[in-house]
Amino acid sequence: MSESIRDKVAVVGVGCCQFGENWHQGPEDMIVEAAYEAYADAGIDDPQARIDAVVCGAVYPSRGTAEVAESLKLFDRPVSLVQNYCATGTDAFRYGVAMVASGMHDTVLVVGFDKPKDRGVSGPSVHMNTARALPMTPAGWFSLCCARYFETFGAGREELAKIAVKNHQNGTLAPKSMLKKRITVEEALGGRMISWPFTLYDCAAQSDGAAAAIITRADLARGYRDDPVLVKGVSIALSPNPQTDPHFDFLAWKPTIAAAKDVYAQAGITDPMRQIDIAQVHDCFTMTELLTYEDLGFIEKGSAKEHIDSGTFALDGELPVNTDGGLKTFGHPTGATGVRMIYENVLQLQGRAGERQVKNATVALSHNLGGAPQTCGLAILGME
Amino acid sequence: MTTTTAGIIAHGAYIPATRLPLALIHGAQAKAGGPEKAVAGFDEDAITMAVAAGSNCLGARAREGVDALYLATTSSPFREKQSAAFVAKALDLAPDAATVDFTGTLRAGAGALLAAVDAVQAGRARQVLVIASDARLPAPRSALEMHCGDAAAAFLIGTGDLQARVTASAAVNDEIYDVWRTEQDDYLRNWEDRFNVKHGYGASLPNAVRRLFERTGTDADDYARAVLYGPDARSLAGTARGLGFAREAVQDALFGRVGSCGAAFTPLLLCAALEQAAPGQRLLAAFYGDGAEALAIEVLASGAQPALGVEALLSRGRRLKSYDSYLKSRHLDPSEHDRRGGDGVPATVHWRERDDDISFHGQRCTACGTLHFPACRVCYTCHAKDSFEPERLSDRTGRVLSYSFDHFFPSPEPPLIVGMCEVDNGARVYVQMCEAEQGELRCDLPVEFVFRKIHDAGRRPNYFWKSRPLRAPGTGEGAA
Repeated sequence: MSESIRDKVAVVGVGCCQFGENWHQGPEDMIVEAAYEAYADAGIDDPQARIDAVVCGAVYPSRGTAEVAESLKLFDRPVSLVQNYCATGTDAFRYGVAMVASGMHDTVLVVGFDKPKDRGVSGPSVHMNTARALPMTPAGWFSLCCARYFETFGAGREELAKIAVKNHQNGTLAPKSMLKKRITVEEALGGRMISWPFTLYDCAAQSDGAAAAIITRADLARGYRDDPVLVKGVSIALSPNPQTDPHFDFLAWKPTIAAAKDVYAQAGITDPMRQIDIAQVHDCFTMTELLTYEDLGFIEKGSAKEHIDSGTFALDGELPVNTDGGLKTFGHPTGATGVRMIYENVLQLQGRAGERQVKNATVALSHNLGGAPQTCGLAILGME
Repeated sequence: MTTTTAGIIAHGAYIPATRLPLALIHGAQAKAGGPEKAVAGFDEDAITMAVAAGSNCLGARAREGVDALYLATTSSPFREKQSAAFVAKALDLAPDAATVDFTGTLRAGAGALLAAVDAVQAGRARQVLVIASDARLPAPRSALEMHCGDAAAAFLIGTGDLQARVTASAAVNDEIYDVWRTEQDDYLRNWEDRFNVKHGYGASLPNAVRRLFERTGTDADDYARAVLYGPDARSLAGTARGLGFAREAVQDALFGRVGSCGAAFTPLLLCAALEQAAPGQRLLAAFYGDGAEALAIEVLASGAQPALGVEALLSRGRRLKSYDSYLKSRHLDPSEHDRRGGDGVPATVHWRERDDDISFHGQRCTACGTLHFPACRVCYTCHAKDSFEPERLSDRTGRVLSYSFDHFFPSPEPPLIVGMCEVDNGARVYVQMCEAEQGELRCDLPVEFVFRKIHDAGRRPNYFWKSRPLRAPGTGEGAA
């Protein structure tokens, strides 16, 4: 039974490097900064003795597992690399949690990172090794869910723009975000078109980054800090590619619905809107965030427009979403994103989120969506 | 002359929708209704146009009876590798259909047509599909560019319910450098026009026609229509007059609308003539190129006409707005994207997936009926393993499930319109859309499917299918 994971594992330290176009930093620099901040956060001054195993999450590492092991000089212990599209960070975290819960290891370091700015492209690369399935661009894949949703439920580019405005606003309050610029709905609507209906402002920024989390057995957690955060549930689900799925309706994304069902069962969530206090969701594109409100069961299918207009998901709303500005302002170094969300949720739950602190948050969700999209990773953290 | 029982069962042409107003070639403004020519779109070539004409000709006919495909072209994308085999695969002909390229001369269409008649007459094939297709490349802003156009035409040759029959033919061969292209040439080359017309076209074509007159004891008056090749309108008119054809008996050569479309020239006009002809009429078709060939054709029945007639194809023009957009469509402008770079589709993948990508086969689960594209081993719905029947998608229609406009992906005509489409049998295909305007896109828009070149990565053409809005014949004016 998957419920058995609940409250068995605790997060005792988190770290995150400054996200951005880190021309001056290689993966090693970012990994070291994120991991050593997490060590310090957990009060670990002897990582060689405390870290029993390492799980890395990266989509295009140049050196595989060695990228992390060599950076941190953590050798002669298990080091594994997890890759699961844009849900890589959450899946790396899930592997770490499973290792600890199983009793295989006591304390595990999870490191997510990616360094797209060493690839010489300002957007995704253009693939020409296939003729079918082109164009192959993430904006193109995700935008396919807009036309039909817009025609069915009446939302449109204006609602997408409002999501971008909200996340830009939140990002100005997060010290480690890349973009710290408030924008207006008019600016968002007038941006350069990338893939209709997405303008530049509907797309996540491209950035480099790394984030780290240290997890341990719940019964060992207080040896690290007094306010450990517990893992209430963690799940991943892969669904058919929308481009080949004979039954896809282009109104909702199946992997989110499947993973939510599982993770809510683990965490004992039956009314997500009331039981979850904050959520970091995968706003690779604004439409992804819009659909995620509904696919996670926060609100009814088709009702996102009214909730966007009324500010349900604003920082001072009923359920603040992307309290740190999300992928919109942090960018999306693929493997890092899910772990960066864990970082934000831990800070929020422990009351350490500064200007963007949401009051009395005790249950926090994080959400990654990846592929065309096909895979969704979810993690729910909570206080004891 | 022995009576031939083989003849034309069906025909079908193709004229690319892209039109270049001739005024643009010399930097003038294009005027409404001014002369223009049909040019292959950025995603078209002799192979894709041949597939379009072949598909228009075959319609819903069973592919099984077609024992051979003869392709006439001077503009094959390959110096070595057969284009006919490619076209046969895209048209989903049987794997044991013979395939032959007739190439090297503008007259290739005559050779292919007569060879097909002979093969059927000899009993070597039940039906032969003959396609002439040309997308030649004249040098930008050259005199030839004013005259050349692109098109394709197809004829299904067989026995039985015939539309028309070739009753006689006459040929002359002639060694002359009038128009040529060597392996080193990117563009067509030609000698001075006046020489070409006087000693090439103007000599050989009348020569072949007069020989046909002699052989058959006929003269110009015996033919309801003369379907004559012409390098340009003036030379054609002069030659027709010299042969004694009345002006109204000469088939409109579509100068100012299509242009001189190489090996497809006479075949295209023959399609138009067959659409207009009445049973019992005689037609004369004359081909030119390194000599000439004249055919006497007897119309037997009005027969089945193709889904898209020549007039309908002519009405589907999308006018280019600038000469620059023409250069882009022919990939003659510099681009930051290396259009021919990379590996392209690996030859192994192309080979393994050719039933999906070239023949455009979906598969139906024999256990639950779910349609899949591309082929897979386990059913998405009932999870039955390896229980599928192939089902051709190319000649079906469909509808747009959802769409977007990709401004990021490199395309000569940005933004690229992308459509997730549902075929009318339930299969779903993620395809690029062509010949569509952003403003007309909506969910559930009816579409059809066309074979197109996706890119030239790996320094070879890589093809797949696209969808385009389904238009009633005779509609579809637009600007490209």
